Amino acid sequence: MARIGVFICQCGNNIESTVDTKSVSEEMEKVPGVVFSCNYKFMCSSPGQEMLKEAIKKHKLDGVVVSACSPHMHEKTFRKACESAGLNPYRCEIANIREQCSWVHHDKTKKTGTVKSNDLTRMTIERLKRNRPLKKINIPVNKRALVIGGGIAGIQAALDIAEGGREVILVEKEPSIGGNMARLSETFPTMDCSQCILTPKMVEAELHERIKIYTYSEVEGLDGYIGNFTVRIRKKAKYVDEELCTGCGECIEKCPFKASSEFELGLNKRKVIYTPFPQAVPNIPVIDAPNCTMIQKGKCGVCAKVCGPKAIDFEQTDEIVEEKVGAVVVATGYELMPNERFGEYGYGRIKDVINGLQFERLASSSGPTGGEIRRPSDGKVPESVVFIQCVGSRDEAKGVSYCSKICCMYTAKHTMLYKHKVHEGQAYVFYMDIRAGGKRYEEFTRRAIEDEGAMYLRGRVSRVYERGGKVVVQGADTLSASQVEIEADMVVLATAIVSRTGADTLAQRLGIGYDRYRFYNEYHPKLRPVETVNAGIYLAGACVGPMDIPESVSMGSAAASKVLALFSADEMAREPIVAGVDKTRCNACWDCLVACPYSAIEKEEVKNRQGETVRWNARVNEGVCQGCGVCVAACRSKVIDLAGYTDEQVYAAISAF
Amino acid sequence: MDEKDVSRTAQDSKGGFEPRIMAFVCNWCTYAGADLAGTSRMEYKENVRIVKLPCTGRIDPLFIIKAFENGADGVLVSGCHPGDCHYTTGNYHARRRWIAFRSLMEFVGIDLRRLHFSWVSASEALKWVDLINNVTDEVRKLGPFAEYKGLKQGW
Repeated sequence: MARIGVFICQCGNNIESTVDTKSVSEEMEKVPGVVFSCNYKFMCSSPGQEMLKEAIKKHKLDGVVVSACSPHMHEKTFRKACESAGLNPYRCEIANIREQCSWVHHDKTKKTGTVKSNDLTRMTIERLKRNRPLKKINIPVNKRALVIGGGIAGIQAALDIAEGGREVILVEKEPSIGGNMARLSETFPTMDCSQCILTPKMVEAELHERIKIYTYSEVEGLDGYIGNFTVRIRKKAKYVDEELCTGCGECIEKCPFKASSEFELGLNKRKVIYTPFPQAVPNIPVIDAPNCTMIQKGKCGVCAKVCGPKAIDFEQTDEIVEEKVGAVVVATGYELMPNERFGEYGYGRIKDVINGLQFERLASSSGPTGGEIRRPSDGKVPESVVFIQCVGSRDEAKGVSYCSKICCMYTAKHTMLYKHKVHEGQAYVFYMDIRAGGKRYEEFTRRAIEDEGAMYLRGRVSRVYERGGKVVVQGADTLSASQVEIEADMVVLATAIVSRTGADTLAQRLGIGYDRYRFYNEYHPKLRPVETVNAGIYLAGACVGPMDIPESVSMGSAAASKVLALFSADEMAREPIVAGVDKTRCNACWDCLVACPYSAIEKEEVKNRQGETVRWNARVNEGVCQGCGVCVAACRSKVIDLAGYTDEQVYAAISAF
Repeated sequence: MDEKDVSRTAQDSKGGFEPRIMAFVCNWCTYAGADLAGTSRMEYKENVRIVKLPCTGRIDPLFIIKAFENGADGVLVSGCHPGDCHYTTGNYHARRRWIAFRSLMEFVGIDLRRLHFSWVSASEALKWVDLINNVTDEVRKLGPFAEYKGLKQGW
């Protein structure tokens, strides 16, 4: 027979005012299996907990029901108290007689509340009787991390994890790490040169003994679960042997063919064997195979001839490598909305209409114009530039409904950069609202307007067209209620920030969620912003949504701290609320396998002594199982059960109703 | 069992019928929503008894039958809104199961007004209060679930 103790909390007057706790306590004494029952002013207080512990010892209790506030409040408190008194913590159950009884039934005669408290407590007692002691599950943790994406968020995460003493594998799709930040000229609000603050970090990552970088590589697949992932990485053929290459650059110089530069966003050309930019990390060129005549037609091979260390290998093919890791940080970043769809702004048609990132390249001293602002069509220094904000952002009809968040700031920065380089020039900005929330951000935009002479016009642009070598911008100025027409030399569009092409494919490979714009979903948008529903996979940077550099860096560090916390122990303890299969009765219909949202159910082969397969059954991977119980209800033969919420327990509670 | 039913059904003071409602709710949305109703000191009918489960996807249709067998006059199932499931898709499983189960219940002649399904999020305390009040009123109008008890006696 069970030896259960029942403790009814008065919660000061919170419960006592509508529930007669003494009568509940007396009533519970009559329930079979209950050997001790009492009421007390504040069960959660230290004396209350002490009393609980003493009662467990004195009456040799093997189970405890505390009728008090919601289990979401103090379940942990009481379970901990039980544990310290030598009772299995999962042998303690809470009956919620405050939030779901005394606070919602205001009957001052106490009758309603008392009857209901009796029922709720009795149901919990019956549930407890069928409860088994549970042990926390320990899962071994492989203390290596995978970081996907080598932009600033990924670099920060990788560096922090490596500094924390753990190995990191950093996978980057492009031939160099650095991401979008490497493209920027200067950064708001401090006007630091982007490359000056980024490249040291890139080099630090490259030289770090615990960081292994795979550039020109993509994640093909991920198996396993928290602490025990296996990742498949496709190393795309570079046609250059990374071991032999010294990065001298002779091949790049001698290569006779050119193609449009992705890094310069089409503003310039690069060689067919190339590094994206001079400070590339690693400083190893790749051959752009579709444009290489040697690879396509077998003619040329100049690079191979001039290469001293003989590092060029035209026979190289893609390679799949496998790495075992315990945690994953996803930091795949963003891209700009392809703006060809905004015909009214002439993007893609008028050469001197460019986007914000292209303007960054024009302003960058390592860019195609060497840092001089020259328009793409004829190289002329523009006397006036029109900046159009919210192109695609906050525009559900033609673009996306969200605000891209950083455009107000970078447009203000662009006007300043332009003014600093072209002193006589005039910048115009068409805006909807100025959103400059952030430390020193509002002051920065004010500076652009008040000190640097940018002309801000509140209104939308209706049309952009060419006339006599000028780009004419027609729009509205809603503050002066007039139509305006500006003859500009160049137009810069602050186009919407969107998720990476293929973000959804990667999410499906990793088993994480994404929203309608393919930005990745956090576990909880406020309280667990760097975690995902797939335990052990964390998020950092603009793959979650538009964000600026400080935010991306913070998120990279936050994800790293989560990874380091996970890696701080050899084994990870987790709640034992997981499903289990009675393997002897499983008939392998796999309904559970189909139903499981986490792919936690595996097929297990049972072999006889001759090594022949005699049958199959389902097995729950406790590391992956999150304890939802969908499989339990799906199982037709009733052979799966959920610890802590077994069928038996639920039926017992219903029967006590 | 029958004696217990009689004694509990007769618990109301004025001698009128007070229905007994069993609610199966998920831990993350509806249970928290019901907690919020308490924290906000809202008031609702006391007829409901909650059974907490991790997810509506855990709910076996047999739980509902069992509840009726134990004298429930109405049953309520409530979880996270579609798309909000803590376990990503558990509530979709619950919904699909529910649709099949509901038509089965209709087929065997159970008044569907005794069966309720709802989505109540952790912030929808008011919705929870309205839900309980409405379900209680509706089931009270239907009277005790005599058909089911009659069925049992027939066995």
